[in-house]
Amino acid sequence: MTDGIRDKVAIVGVGCCKFGENWHQGPEDMIVEAAYEAYADAGLENPQQQVDAVVCGSVYPSRGTAEVAESLKLFERPVSLVQNYCATGTDAFRYGVALVAAGMHDTVLVVGYDKPKDRGVSGPSIHMNTARGLPMTPAGWFSLCCARYFETYGAGREDLARIAVKNHHNGTLAPKSMLKKEITVEEVMNARMISWPFTLYDCAAQSDGAAAAIITRASLAKNFRDDPVYVKGVSIALSANPQSDPTFDFLSWKPTVAAANDVYKQAGIANPAKEIHLAQVHDCFTMTELLTYEDLGFIAKGSAREHIASGTFELGGELPVNTDGGLKTFGHPTGATGVRMIYENVLQLQGRAGPRQVRGATMALSHNLGGAPQTCGLAILGIE
Amino acid sequence: MSEHRVGIVAYGSYIPSTRLPLAMIHGSRVKEGGPEKAVAGYDEDSITMAVAAAADCLHGLDRRTVDGVYFATTTSPFREKQAAAFIAKALDLRSDIATNDFSGTLRAGAGALLAAVHAVKAEPDRQILVIAADARLAAPRSSIESNLGDAAAAFLVASGAVLASVRDSFSHADELYDVWRADHDTYLHTWEERFNVTHGYEDNLKAACRGLFDKTGTEAGHYSRVVLGGPDGKSLAQTAKKLGFSRERLQDALFGKVGNCGAAFTPLLLVAALEVAQPGDTLLAAFYGDGAEVMAIDVLASSFTPQHSIAWYLARGKALRSYDSYLKSRHLDAGEHDRRGGEGVPATIHYRERDTDISFLAQRCTQCGTMHFPACRVCYGCYAKDQFESVRLSDKQGRVMSYSFDYFFPTPEPPVIVGMCEVENGTRVYVQMTDASTDLLRCDLPVEFVFRKIHDAGNKPNYFWKSRPLDATHDETGTEAAA
Repeated sequence: MTDGIRDKVAIVGVGCCKFGENWHQGPEDMIVEAAYEAYADAGLENPQQQVDAVVCGSVYPSRGTAEVAESLKLFERPVSLVQNYCATGTDAFRYGVALVAAGMHDTVLVVGYDKPKDRGVSGPSIHMNTARGLPMTPAGWFSLCCARYFETYGAGREDLARIAVKNHHNGTLAPKSMLKKEITVEEVMNARMISWPFTLYDCAAQSDGAAAAIITRASLAKNFRDDPVYVKGVSIALSANPQSDPTFDFLSWKPTVAAANDVYKQAGIANPAKEIHLAQVHDCFTMTELLTYEDLGFIAKGSAREHIASGTFELGGELPVNTDGGLKTFGHPTGATGVRMIYENVLQLQGRAGPRQVRGATMALSHNLGGAPQTCGLAILGIE
Repeated sequence: MSEHRVGIVAYGSYIPSTRLPLAMIHGSRVKEGGPEKAVAGYDEDSITMAVAAAADCLHGLDRRTVDGVYFATTTSPFREKQAAAFIAKALDLRSDIATNDFSGTLRAGAGALLAAVHAVKAEPDRQILVIAADARLAAPRSSIESNLGDAAAAFLVASGAVLASVRDSFSHADELYDVWRADHDTYLHTWEERFNVTHGYEDNLKAACRGLFDKTGTEAGHYSRVVLGGPDGKSLAQTAKKLGFSRERLQDALFGKVGNCGAAFTPLLLVAALEVAQPGDTLLAAFYGDGAEVMAIDVLASSFTPQHSIAWYLARGKALRSYDSYLKSRHLDAGEHDRRGGEGVPATIHYRERDTDISFLAQRCTQCGTMHFPACRVCYGCYAKDQFESVRLSDKQGRVMSYSFDYFFPTPEPPVIVGMCEVENGTRVYVQMTDASTDLLRCDLPVEFVFRKIHDAGNKPNYFWKSRPLDATHDETGTEAAA
């Protein structure tokens, strides 16, 4: 039996650059912006002296670890790169947490970043280096549960559209989001179809961005801030590829279920719907968010449409989800997203989320799901 | 000396479901029930059509008993790389077999069929699969385009209790420029129509028929059915009359429904004739092109039912939305982003994965029975390592588990239907669906599997399998459902 890492690691500073089509910014510019905001947040006046190790998360790095070391002038110390599809940010964070909990380093900087817009792609990429498994698009993979789920539980495109509307609204309240535009259910339903049932508005856009967190041992946290946020659990789980898994049922995503099981054990959570007060989940597509409500155990399998209709997950609801507008309004610079969610949860737990503040929140969860999808990353943070 | 009866023991055909109404070619109003041609879909070519016809022919038979594949075409996707070996791989045949391409002439089907008959005569225990397929390309909106069509036919040639014995033949070779396509040409060339009909078609058929009649002591009236292709309906009728064949005995050449399908033309019509022939009938099958070859075929039994009849294929037509869709499917649309460049699928990856991708073989764990696709080393169910046996999926049915429609993947008529299917033996496969419209889709829709071209990246065809609805019904007039 291991001791786990619950309450051993604290977050003492967070930063996030503005996400968007940052044509005018290279990776260095975004990394510097996010990291220096985190330094200021943590009161680090001499980061080159005070940061002991760096963990980066990036899926499309142009120069990997060197990119981050050069940008921040953090030399003669460990800099590692973690890559795990869309769970990269959470996994980079997990790696940093493990380093601190193991007592290897006191102060670790976690930086998640990506600049997919330099690839010149605005829609799904067309892959032609294989004959089997095409089309090979995230929209195609993530839409795979829809037909079966809709037919089984009577849900439909309108339920998905309400999720997009909710997140667009929340995004108007987040200064760092890319899109600040209210939309309607009709606009979602009538938009250009991408991969049925997803229209343009069911899909998160590609964007550039970087986010950062400074973590340290819980016993050292108060040296930095009076209101550190404690790491209750971090998990990663890989499951079989849904396209070849002999037992896949098309009604839930296995990686989320497995990672949730683990992280709730780590955090000592028996009733997630009651004990978790807000969650950032991976709304790369609206259906991903819908299934995640159920896969995280917030609600019963198949009951999502009732909760969507009654507003359970809206900002004013019982369990607000994607309080900053999610991937939908921030876009998805793959490596940055998990860390951006941690940024939002930290602000919420410290009461700094302004007009999108969830009152009385003491426990927050962040969720990433990526690949086919096969990989899920979860982090639970708390202030008690 | 006892006579080995050598001939056809099984047959199959394939007509693509895509139709190009002839009126659409020239921008006239398309009338319901009007003349049309069958065209290979954007995901089809001579190889995929050959596989389809051969799969029909081999339905229910043990494929391990096929000892050779002779493939006739004028439109192989490759100038150098054997199509017959590719077809054999897609059909999951043995590798210790004789594969040959017969190409370059409209009468290649005769060459292949006669070669198979002679091979079996020499070694009567052998079975040779003869396939003809063609998808010929005329210049867009040219006069010959309306006459051409795409199709395939297949015959299993063996000795013993044959359905139809290929008793006699006569071959006549000629050399002229009536229709040709040189190495660097994209489109067919033809000389003036009357020259082509008189000297390319009529003269050579006369010579071949005369030769057969003299050799066998028969005349035109001896043959209960005449299976004959031609450059167009009118010249075919006129020439048949000149040869002394009565109209009632002439097999319907399917102009206005399929068209002149090149090396597959007489073979396709031969299948149509065999479908209704009775024991005691004598067929004359005539193949023209660079001369002509004719065969006398005695029908001995009518006990065979093909997997799909020609009538079944004819009833499944669905018209393209526009002539532009046709041009896009042949990469003739200048406005379309050409995605054929680039490296495409690395040859080494194709090599390692061809059992999976081309033969469509699943792997069954011999310890726990769990089915795996694609192939892997460790079992999902019991974690046994390297305890697998191959199982063919291509001849099985399945059902749709879930699906989506992709509006971005390059295709002349978006969207691409894609989804998870569960094969009847439990294997899960992620495949595109073809010859279907989105309104047909529902979970648990029954499907079968067909060999299709996925794309042309790397400037070569890249094939895999797709699902096709089992009960696909299309408006019989071939008109499309409202978009």
